[in-house]
Amino acid sequence: MSAEGQTTSEYIQHHLTNLHAGEGFWTFHLDTIFVSIVLGLLVFGTMWLAARKATAGVPKGMQNFVEMVVEMVDSQVKDTFHGKSALIAPLALTIFVWIFAMNAMDVIPVDLLPLIARWFGVEHLKVVPSTDLNATFAMSISVFFLIYFYSFKIKGFKGFSKEILFSPFGKNPLLIPVNILFRIVEDIAKPISLALRLFGNMYAGEMVFILIALLPWYLQWMLGAPWAIFHLLIITLQAFVFMMLTVVYLSMAHESH
Amino acid sequence: MNINATLLGQAITFAILIWFTMKFVWPPLLTAMEERAKTIADGLAAGERAKHDLELAAKRSAEVIREAKEQAAEIIGNSEKRASEIIEAAKLQAKAEGDRLVAGAQAEIDQEVFRAKEQLRSQVSSIALAGAGKILGREIDAKAHNDLLDKLVAEI
Repeated sequence: MSAEGQTTSEYIQHHLTNLHAGEGFWTFHLDTIFVSIVLGLLVFGTMWLAARKATAGVPKGMQNFVEMVVEMVDSQVKDTFHGKSALIAPLALTIFVWIFAMNAMDVIPVDLLPLIARWFGVEHLKVVPSTDLNATFAMSISVFFLIYFYSFKIKGFKGFSKEILFSPFGKNPLLIPVNILFRIVEDIAKPISLALRLFGNMYAGEMVFILIALLPWYLQWMLGAPWAIFHLLIITLQAFVFMMLTVVYLSMAHESH
Repeated sequence: MNINATLLGQAITFAILIWFTMKFVWPPLLTAMEERAKTIADGLAAGERAKHDLELAAKRSAEVIREAKEQAAEIIGNSEKRASEIIEAAKLQAKAEGDRLVAGAQAEIDQEVFRAKEQLRSQVSSIALAGAGKILGREIDAKAHNDLLDKLVAEI
């Protein structure tokens, strides 16, 4: 708990406030942007180093580890997506690795990085980018645009229009409004469910860590350790789910009904 | 929770990361992995082939050994036959040679006997002459009686 005699709700509120700049819509959550870019540089830089020195011989160290991840993503994509695309597999890898890295910030003790930040005069710091709706929606909306891009690209305007008008219920003209309504609901649900699922899980996890941090220090490990271990599962699972759903949505965009 | 311009920043970051992965991370890794998978598959296939070859070679060597054994047995049989033939021939030859030697020896013996008889005969005639000379107490005209003596010698 913070030293300056905050109340419990102040402490929680402090932890849930982003470091921000700007007004209204043009507000930037500097911590979210900064942490996610640093993580991106770190993780993708590492993968780039491994990829640059990749040999077909016996893989060693970092190459081995990176290949393990790449192989996992590749096999998942191959199982789900049967077309040919230069984008989907790297996209899935990007999503999985980036989200995993952002989620993994959650297991760093909740007070550690804000404390260090305060030494440098930074008042607020929310270190887990995936607890920021902007970050999760940025990804899910990007995926949404990709879905539409590929729907048009693969099926053409005509084919895609047909799909919107006639599925899932059939070609009867009376059913067209119902079909369109269903389509709208389905397509809006995709990015929202993607973003909110990740956000909800990570936000709740972060919340629990903050509440655990409110306990007396000698009791914290009793709840903190099990929750952190359990959270490792959630971190990986949420990254995986986001990746898998993206691949599934994009493969749906590639295949006609 | 407020949605704001952070979303745009995050989307741009996301796009850059996707591009980076597509361009610099995914292709070299996948190329390396596919190449390795191919190498391993080739190695396994080669191993399989080698195993097959080994089996064939084992079969072939067993056959060669069997053939060699057969040939050896045949050669031994032949040589045994040949040896017994040689022995038979040698036996025959030795017998013939022996017979020949025996015959030669016999002939020599006969000749010796004949010569001894001749010698004896001539000596007997001179002994008889000497004896007769002594008995008659006088010289016998060897010439006059030579015919007689020859007849005597022939009779002996």
